[in-house]
Amino acid sequence: MTTVAEAGGAPRAARGAALDRLFEALCFGAATLLLTALGGLVVSLAIGGWPAFERFGLSFFTSATWDPVQEIYGAAGAVTGTLVTATLALLFALPLAFGIAIFLVELCPPMLRRPIGTAVELLAGIPSIVYGMWGLFVFAPWFAKHVQMPIMMSAKPGTLWETITTGVPNGAGILSASIILAIMILPFIAATMRELLLTIPAQVRESAYGLGSTTFEVIRNVSIPYVRTGAIGAVMLGLGRALGETMAVTFIIGNAHGFPTSIFASGSTIASTIANEFAEATGEAHTSSLIALGLVLFLITFAVLALARLLIGRQAHA
Amino acid sequence: MFRKVLVGVAACLALTACSNNSDKAGEAKAPAGAQIAGAGATFPAPLYAKWAEAQKAETGLALNYQAIGSGGGIKQIKAKTVAFGASDKPLKPEELNEAGLVQFPTVIGGVVPIVNLPGVTPGQIKLTGPLLADIFLGTVKKWNDPAIAQANPGVALPNLPITVVHRSDGSGTTFLFTSYLTAVAPQWAKVGASDAVAWPAGQGGKGNDGVSGYVKQTPGAIGYVEYAFAKQNGLAHAALQNAAGTFVNPTAESFAAAASGADWSKAPGFYLLLINQPGANAWPITGATFILMHKAQADAATGKSVLSFVDWAYAKGDAAANELAYVPLPADLKQRVRSSWSAIVGPDGKPVYVPAAQ
Repeated sequence: MTTVAEAGGAPRAARGAALDRLFEALCFGAATLLLTALGGLVVSLAIGGWPAFERFGLSFFTSATWDPVQEIYGAAGAVTGTLVTATLALLFALPLAFGIAIFLVELCPPMLRRPIGTAVELLAGIPSIVYGMWGLFVFAPWFAKHVQMPIMMSAKPGTLWETITTGVPNGAGILSASIILAIMILPFIAATMRELLLTIPAQVRESAYGLGSTTFEVIRNVSIPYVRTGAIGAVMLGLGRALGETMAVTFIIGNAHGFPTSIFASGSTIASTIANEFAEATGEAHTSSLIALGLVLFLITFAVLALARLLIGRQAHA
Repeated sequence: MFRKVLVGVAACLALTACSNNSDKAGEAKAPAGAQIAGAGATFPAPLYAKWAEAQKAETGLALNYQAIGSGGGIKQIKAKTVAFGASDKPLKPEELNEAGLVQFPTVIGGVVPIVNLPGVTPGQIKLTGPLLADIFLGTVKKWNDPAIAQANPGVALPNLPITVVHRSDGSGTTFLFTSYLTAVAPQWAKVGASDAVAWPAGQGGKGNDGVSGYVKQTPGAIGYVEYAFAKQNGLAHAALQNAAGTFVNPTAESFAAAASGADWSKAPGFYLLLINQPGANAWPITGATFILMHKAQADAATGKSVLSFVDWAYAKGDAAANELAYVPLPADLKQRVRSSWSAIVGPDGKPVYVPAAQ
């Protein structure tokens, strides 16, 4: 027996080592390829956008003028629109997503668990153009009639509330776009949260129940603290999607350049501006300003992810 | 497994061989290769597709047209990645010369103001050019404004705020519309004409769908869309005052009137917008869509295919154009375009395509 093992063992070990090295090299190659692609993307965005930065300087970031006829471009309106819609979307989606995830994991009767879970996943799989069309033709008229008009008509003239609720009463604007975005990022956050909650060992929860805690206390004091770091990651994932979402927003935001002045006003986001204008942009300043917008969006997304890492890191050490 | 692949490859080869044969058979009719590639304007894309389908059945010549937008079409033809580019916005003669391109119109379309006015029947409301400019500038804010009432005696105008809806995406439609406003209203000069402008008022909808969607959902809204889109969707339009001073409705006849009233002989490189043309019945916001090609064709056969495609469309494509609510070119203009093709030459310096005498 020993002789057989020795005879077959050495070449097998050598072959195994060679395969291992090949495997390592392939994995390393995959990782480097990704990094190179990312690096190339940033560099080409920077090169493409450079003429715009050079021509407009700091005013590219501070001005909200977007005039393709006179070739004057400023990103401030689009950046504001992007940040406002993404933040509002997150505010709307977060409590709902938490609710869905906690219900699915802690409270849901087993019979309902699968249908609701599948529905959440289906929501994530709907293409964004469908949300856009639905938003424009179904949601916007409903929203205008049942939400926007009552609010606008009840606002007292001359008050701040009137200022921030003026707009065209057809349901297209910053708030509608934020709500559509919220629906779109909801399944991502909810699905990730559910996975996280499922990772909590049963003993931990059972022990808390054993000590006499109510369901609410278990969720608040045991489940949520247990998944907090991962939850921040899930939220940031949703925020990342909201920042970059293009087609749905383009259909429903009203597409006006400049600073949005109210929650019902038309606005624009970085992604919607690029989607609207890139195909027909011919002048160098126009094209390069749009590419520069792309770089700005990349930097914003990067900052969000970096912030998430930082928060998670701090939590992990604490 | 391996054998299956082999069999598959063999089958593919056999198929290609067969299709090669059929191509050769088709060559007797089609002037050259099996496929031509074009890219550009979205406005004529449905018609080009229809022409291509009919022509493939008849001559075997296949067209691969990508509707990527006029700006994209101009970029692609300049980069020589396609056999022809298509644009709703004609290039100026100096720009053509610089890039070594020629352009010619294929079909006519136009822009129609659409409105959502409760209690007013389609076409009942009449607008003049300067009035339209004031509305889109946001200076005329209500439908019962005295300026609108003056142009519409006897019409019960609602006391509704005007909501302006424009295209949010860069578009040849916007170019034509803003060119018209620039031409007829001095106050529009501060905005100017382009395929995307800094709109002083209103909301932007994406594409003809987006604009008509907003207009339909907003009482008191006014927008503008392609004529074909307005016709196919039965949208309520406004009548416009033309250069002759009459109020006209957008119909195939009024577009044709604008095209035949135009003097193409004084338009080098066919650079002509059919805006505010003379003629009692001419629709004031009319424009052609164009094809762009290189003057010097590296491959004479490709150039020949493109021109024979257009020649076929001129000769036999009018019915399809009418069916899709486009307006065919007048016969004399077609002839003028055909004779301009002598400037498109192959590597040997000879014209790549000589149309048969019509």
